[in-house]
This record gives sequence, structure tokens and C-alpha cells, in this order.
Amino acid sequence: MNVVVCIKQVPGTTEVKIDPQTNTLVKEGMESIVNPLDMYALEEGIRLKEQHQGKVTAISMGPPQAEEALKEAIALGVDEAFLLSDPAFEGSDTWATSYILAKAIAKQGEFDLIICGRQTMDSDTGQVAPQLAESLGLPFVSYVSQIEEIREGYMRVQRMVEEGHQVVEMPLPGVISVVKEINVPRLPSLRGLMKSKQAQIPVWTAQELGVDMNKVGLSGSPTQIIKLFHPQRAGRGELLQGSPESQVEQLLERLRETKII
Amino acid sequence: MEYFLNEQQKTIKGLARRIAEERILPVRAELDEKEEFPWGIIKELADADMFRIFIPEEYEGLGGGCLDLCLVIEELSRACGGIAVSYAADALGCLPLLEYGSQEQKKRYLPDVANGKRLTAFALTESTAGSDASGIRTSASHQGGYYVLNGTKLFITNGGEAELYTVIAMTDPARGSRGASAFVVEKGTPGFSFGKKEKKMGIRSSATRELIFRDCRVPEESLLGREGTGFIIAMRTVDRSRPGVGAQAVGIAQGALEAAVDYARQRIQFGHPISSFQAVQHMLANMAIELEAARALVYAVARTIDAGAKDFSEEAAIAKVFATDMAMKVTTDAVQIFGGVGYMQDYPIEKMMRDAKITQIYEGTNQVLRNEIALELLKRKARRE
Repeated sequence: MNVVVCIKQVPGTTEVKIDPQTNTLVKEGMESIVNPLDMYALEEGIRLKEQHQGKVTAISMGPPQAEEALKEAIALGVDEAFLLSDPAFEGSDTWATSYILAKAIAKQGEFDLIICGRQTMDSDTGQVAPQLAESLGLPFVSYVSQIEEIREGYMRVQRMVEEGHQVVEMPLPGVISVVKEINVPRLPSLRGLMKSKQAQIPVWTAQELGVDMNKVGLSGSPTQIIKLFHPQRAGRGELLQGSPESQVEQLLERLRETKII
Repeated sequence: MEYFLNEQQKTIKGLARRIAEERILPVRAELDEKEEFPWGIIKELADADMFRIFIPEEYEGLGGGCLDLCLVIEELSRACGGIAVSYAADALGCLPLLEYGSQEQKKRYLPDVANGKRLTAFALTESTAGSDASGIRTSASHQGGYYVLNGTKLFITNGGEAELYTVIAMTDPARGSRGASAFVVEKGTPGFSFGKKEKKMGIRSSATRELIFRDCRVPEESLLGREGTGFIIAMRTVDRSRPGVGAQAVGIAQGALEAAVDYARQRIQFGHPISSFQAVQHMLANMAIELEAARALVYAVARTIDAGAKDFSEEAAIAKVFATDMAMKVTTDAVQIFGGVGYMQDYPIEKMMRDAKITQIYEGTNQVLRNEIALELLKRKARRE
């Protein structure tokens, strides 16, 4: 069983800078981590390989420094990793990203399952996984919390819905996005870390992927961010004054006025 | 301080710290309270290849040395001395195999030790033999193709949990310490059972238990080295493992110092954090001075061993004594800085003090090791005269 896991490098800190020109994150020189939910996707992919043989491939699109995220994936037990990096990709929205990822997945070879984290912690959209399935013309199940059964061309999974769990059967190959309830991600091993230090991560550029340049980057993205701003904090709260006893009186008065009690 | 660790050592230290912080910290208090063996953590350590470090590459290990092992023990001890000793005792248990095992014995046992499937334990101590290892009463009589073991070992770390035991027993009691031999005994061998599990002051998540041998027949192939070399094997084994006890002490003290600094900064008395009082500052400074000196000493001795030194009993004893006396003092002072809450179990600091105490006692009490150090000094002087 061959599994492809898509991961993203995200800021490891809340001290982020926004490029005023493009309204996108400045990723250079920033402390970075693998998107936490992608760690669950990696873990599930590695477990599937351990149970059913085959291989796990990690793919990430990002600046050259995203190589670190892929090295971490190798330390955890991923067999192969590819970085999709090209200045032309900069500013890609989720649609353009999904298109680029789809191209890379087609290029890397045969696969049975693609796993993504539910969403990233930086842009938080949760759109890449379903759009990736759409680009590849594959079935998609989101919020997967357990893989119940898996065999040739078929899989049964549990997905989280608001009021419980839904059991879904899907044909393979397919795409799933996973939630953190699915497993407990492992820590790397020493042998994995040593392997990852020596690993050369192949970088695929726009040309190598054969992408249509009109569909990538800021100009190829249907989503254009017009403005990014902090919402004004409206201080509508009211501080009651006086002794604790009189504050209680005032509070009760307000609650009665508003018919809450 | 720059200790010039190589890439592999930095990787080992970094990963051990991650395991300690992410996996051990959340469970250490509960395991201590319940006296529960840390199987979950042992599994994590095995998955992380930590049991491979001290095993040669040809037996599926990473071929690391004494310093590599010390780095792991130190980092684990920084979070929990009890869990760290369960790991360290495994290295101790397979040292006799590593040093004196035949190729066949190594091939048979070491790969399973490397992948963490089988824990090991070292069994020397008896009720009549502690510091005086020549007081061993457990006997091993050669009968046909077997040795028959009889006797009881006491206070065996990893007892009951380990699968492999290196046991020192008398094959020729008339010859005293020259009549001792070392054996590998597998758990489950008929006649081999476990006695009382000790309730301890500290390192409570580790297992300390009696081993009972009643006409326990082990095949001849279980003998390590030659008959009569058991005492030498035991002494060489503890020489080699003592820097590890030093590393455990350094780790426990490091955890205590960090906790004390954090607490001193947040505890307000007389309108100021107590860290602003010189009395407290000097305590913290003294803790840091002694801790760093101990670390430098432990690393230096570990490197001496890794460099292939032939005799390092004295150096190993010096590192063990200095580091463990330091840990007792530093953890005691850390409790003092915490004041009243330091004495309470809601805070992790009293456990560190309890855990530190054993390091002055096991693998040679600091008193008997001082005897050994003095003896070496005097012997050297006498040789020159």
C-alpha cells in the first residue's frame, strides 16, 4: 500500500510578519514547525505502511527552508520526500496549491491513498485536501478519526461529525483529511534522525512539474487578499463600581432589567 | 558550557530531552505515587532506538560509548530519576555480556536488547554481600551439562520486569572471590522466581526485587567468561557503569536547579521575588557551580573510558562520588528554596531529593568508593617507593 502525505511548514511562533505587498506571510527566517495536524497524517501514513507494507511519501510545497519539515518526516519513518519549490509558486492560494500538489502526486508515481491534516494552523482554511481530491478526480472524506478497515481498492473509515461519528466506505485510491483523535504521533527515532540528516530532498520546480504558469502563484490564484487587519477591539464591557455588596446589587438590577433572571 | 559533543551525541541528547519533556514529565508524579514500572516510557525509548546506543553495530546497535549513554541517562534523570534508572539498569545488565560474552552469546541476546524487546538486569547484591561482594552465598554447582543455581539476590533493579539477568554466583566457594562466576539467566527458567518487590523512598517507579534460585538449572552455555572470573566481571561492570550513576545525579540536580530558579523568580516575600535576596542567589550560584563541575567530571571520565583506557576504577569512583554527593546537596538546597511547598508532594522537588539519595548508595556506597580511591592513591605511592 502506497501512501502520500501532504504536509506544510508553518510558523512555530505567533510572532509572524505579513508582507504588505502581497498580504501573505513572510516565511523567510521564521522559526518553523510541521503543521501540528499534519503530524497525525504522517503518523497514520507510517502506521499503514507498517501494517500493510508499501511505502510512504511526503510532499510539501514551500520555500527552500521547508526542506526541514520533510527531513522531520523522514526522521519519523517516511521513505521518500519531495519539496515543491519555485519562486513562481509564491502567493499561491489553496486552489493553486492543490493544483501544484496534484501535479506532484501524479509525477511521484502509483499511490493508494493521500492523507492530509484537517487544516493548517497558519491559514486555517481546510480547503487544500478537498480541492486536491477534486484536481485528481478522486473521492474524498474529511475529518477522519479512525481507519476501520482497508483492503485492495476499498476503505472504511470513521469521520467526526458534529453529533458523533459517521462510518463511510470509500473506493481507493482516494484522499482523506484526518483529525487529531486518529492517533498519537510518535517521536522520531535516532536511526531516523541520522537518516534524515543525510537525506537529500529532491526539489521539483514549476518546470519539472510541468504546471501551467497561469494557474500558479499570486496571479494564478482566484483568491486575492485585498486587506489584512486586526479587528478593532470594541470595549463594550462595563465595570461596576462600589463595594462588592453594591456591585452585586447593581448586577442583579441589570440582570432583571434585561430579563435574564 | 561547550562540551564539544559530536553530531551523534547532540542528536542523542536532543531526542532524549524531547522524550523526557513530552512523555516523562506528564507521568512522573503518578508513576512515583503508584510505584508503577514505566513500561509505556520503556516502549517509547525502544522505539526511539535508545536501547541501541550501547550495543555494537554488528548486533543491531548504534555502537555508542559511555558518554553517549551518560547523555541519555542525564536527560531522562532531569525529568525523573526513577525512570532513568530503569533504562540505565538495562545498560548495566548487559555490560557483562558486552564485555565478556562469547560471540554466540552476544548474537543470541544482544539484538533483542538493542531493539528493546528484552530488558536486562544485573544481580550481584545479597543480604550478606553489598559493598563486600566477596560475601556472595548464591551457589552454582556444575552438574553434567548444567549449572544448578541456589540462593537469593536482593535489591535487583529491573527485577521481575527484565527478561535477562546477569547473575554472579559461587562456582567454588572454597576459593572466595576467585570462586565466583557470571551467568546469563533467562526469565522463565524453572527454579528461578521473584520474591518481594521493595517499597522505596525514591526512584519508586523503578522495580527493585528479590531473585530466588531454587535448584535452577541453566545450560553450560550460560556461563559468561571462564569459571572463577565472576568477581572480576562484576568489578569491571560497575567500574564501567559508575559514570552512568554520576550522569543520573547530574540530571536529577539539573532538574532541581531549574525548578529552584523558576520558583525563586515567582515566589514573592516582603514585596520582592525571593530571587532578589542575596542569601537565595548565593544558594543558587553554589548549586550551579557544583553541578557544572560534576558534569564536566562525569563527561571527562566517560571520555576516558571511550578513549580505551584499561584501568579506570579510580576515575569512575571519583566521578560517581563527587556527582552523587553534589546531587544530594543540590536537591536538598532546592527543597530549601521552595520552603514549605517544597516539602509537599504537590511540587516535584521533594521527589528529586528522595531520588537523589539512592545515587550515594547504589553501585558502591560513597564510603566504600572513597576507600577504593584512597587505596589506589596509596598503592601508587607505594609502587614508586
